[in-house]
Amino acid sequence: MTDVTSNRLADLTAVSAQLRADRAVRAKRAAMLKHVFLIAASFVMIYPLLWMVASSLKPNNEIFGQLGLIPSDPQWSNYTSGWNALPVSFTNFFWNSAVVTVLSVIGNVISCSFAAYAFARLEFSGKTIWFALMMMTLMIPYHVVLIPQYLTFLQLGWVNTYLPLVVPRFLASDAFFIFLMIQFFRQLPRELDEAAMIDGCSPFKIYWAIILPLSLPAMTTAAIFSFIWTWEDFLGPLVYLNDIKDYTVPLALRMFLSQDSVSEFGQMFAMSVLSILPIILFFVIFQRFIIRGIAMSGMK
Amino acid sequence: MTGMSIRSKLRRSWPGYVFLTPWLIGFFLLSIFPILASLYLAFTDYDAVNAPVWVGFENFQYMFEFDYRFWQSLKVTFLFVILSVPAKLIFALIVAMLLDKGIRAVGWYRALFYLPSILGGSIAVAILWRQLFNADGVINSALAVFGIQGPYWLSDPNYSLYTLVVLAIWQFGSPMLIFLAGLRAIPQDLYEAAEIDAATPSRKFFAITVPMLAPVIFFNLVLQMIEAFKSFSGAFIISGGTGAPLDSLLFFTVYLFNEAFSYFRMGYASALGWVLLVIIAAFTAIAFWTSKYWVHYENERG
Repeated sequence: MTDVTSNRLADLTAVSAQLRADRAVRAKRAAMLKHVFLIAASFVMIYPLLWMVASSLKPNNEIFGQLGLIPSDPQWSNYTSGWNALPVSFTNFFWNSAVVTVLSVIGNVISCSFAAYAFARLEFSGKTIWFALMMMTLMIPYHVVLIPQYLTFLQLGWVNTYLPLVVPRFLASDAFFIFLMIQFFRQLPRELDEAAMIDGCSPFKIYWAIILPLSLPAMTTAAIFSFIWTWEDFLGPLVYLNDIKDYTVPLALRMFLSQDSVSEFGQMFAMSVLSILPIILFFVIFQRFIIRGIAMSGMK
Repeated sequence: MTGMSIRSKLRRSWPGYVFLTPWLIGFFLLSIFPILASLYLAFTDYDAVNAPVWVGFENFQYMFEFDYRFWQSLKVTFLFVILSVPAKLIFALIVAMLLDKGIRAVGWYRALFYLPSILGGSIAVAILWRQLFNADGVINSALAVFGIQGPYWLSDPNYSLYTLVVLAIWQFGSPMLIFLAGLRAIPQDLYEAAEIDAATPSRKFFAITVPMLAPVIFFNLVLQMIEAFKSFSGAFIISGGTGAPLDSLLFFTVYLFNEAFSYFRMGYASALGWVLLVIIAAFTAIAFWTSKYWVHYENERG
């Protein structure tokens, strides 16, 4: 009797051990499958970008109809000739983009952090109403305000200058960054402000000496996204810049397409690669900030 | 007494208004005034040179009764939203679930899957997409490997929109990151309890993951929908700025841009802008209204 029981027990343990081993094998196989799928998916995701880089080094006759990524004879000259392929050199376009982008980033960070500080940390009458209005501006499609804004800037004589692209950034026009910073400022302990206030600090001193230094991650996130979006911006420059000398990089790239004889595809891809290089560099360096920023706030 | 309190109120209020000043100026000059101006212009005939002429509802009447390109652009935009948004969210959710637990090198995958989104609006990517879907481009070369003769994606109006849908799906990175954050917040003991009850994976997905994730799904849905209604650069570049072939890429924003800045019909374009505003507001409202029935927030339950 005890024999039978112990046999059964042994059987049971054997079975459960077997089951556990099976499960481990299955889990391992599932993990392997996951990795195989993810690696394949990563390759599909990244392939178009690799193809663009590869095409930037290929002679024209190798670009089309070919899946392969290795150029038979790398044409580095695509980069040098592409740089000067348009009536104005890319030195100009990159400089224009850099000016607009740097000014926009500075404007966004300063003006949005001002507004966010007011909303998150200061008390003033009418705050709730202003806050609600600020949130509403998040919803309005740019296309609705575009035409009157254009007409206003036209009357001011600002069309064909960078002012319409830059000045709004100094007026906290991107409510998104205000929202992002408010979320961050609210997490900072109130006691800091209160202690500083008791020590006789003004709100301006508190903003400058306490809030700003502690909010470096939020400021950096806003600055990075501001950089990327301004660098990529197409509609704004398309509307406001008409003189090729003033073109930013996206407008210049488009010129490759509007040329009648688009024969130099290698050059076009070379300049495309260079145009996204700053973004890729930012992405590699600030990857953690960017990903946390997205998860926190749901930006595009 | 009251005078004192108003004065002390003012004294307490003024630093707030000092910090708010840049935004306040921007709000009136870049939001309130343009919105009112665009509402006025929507009822006028205006070419940006001669003074606007009041025409009442004529712009809207023309739009709804005679303008086939308006209806075409609505159709294209709606189709784009309906095709791209759900597909994008499904991809984002699948990949987020694969990355959720016990995967090594999560950081790498996350970064790789997100990279296309960050390049999303760039003209370089739009140009790249044009070449990928060329008649003798990479997509058709890849299809040829499987013996499939691919269509002329960009010149065939039956297929051109799909190239933009694929482009949108390729950029599933940001909803994926938000899903990932949402998945991490689901308490693990729910899954352990389900395991004890021998629940199947699909049951676990529909009984735990989806309801717990509903607020995040809703958030992603609204955000992506609004983005999709507004998308412009990709369609503009791929269609050569006109919505070609045969207006099959005539996105609403592309039509609006051309009316305003190619034909200088600023009044009509303003009316179009208001239609877009109303559509987005209506869809957002519908989403919020239906969310009562499928989105439940943690703190509502207790």
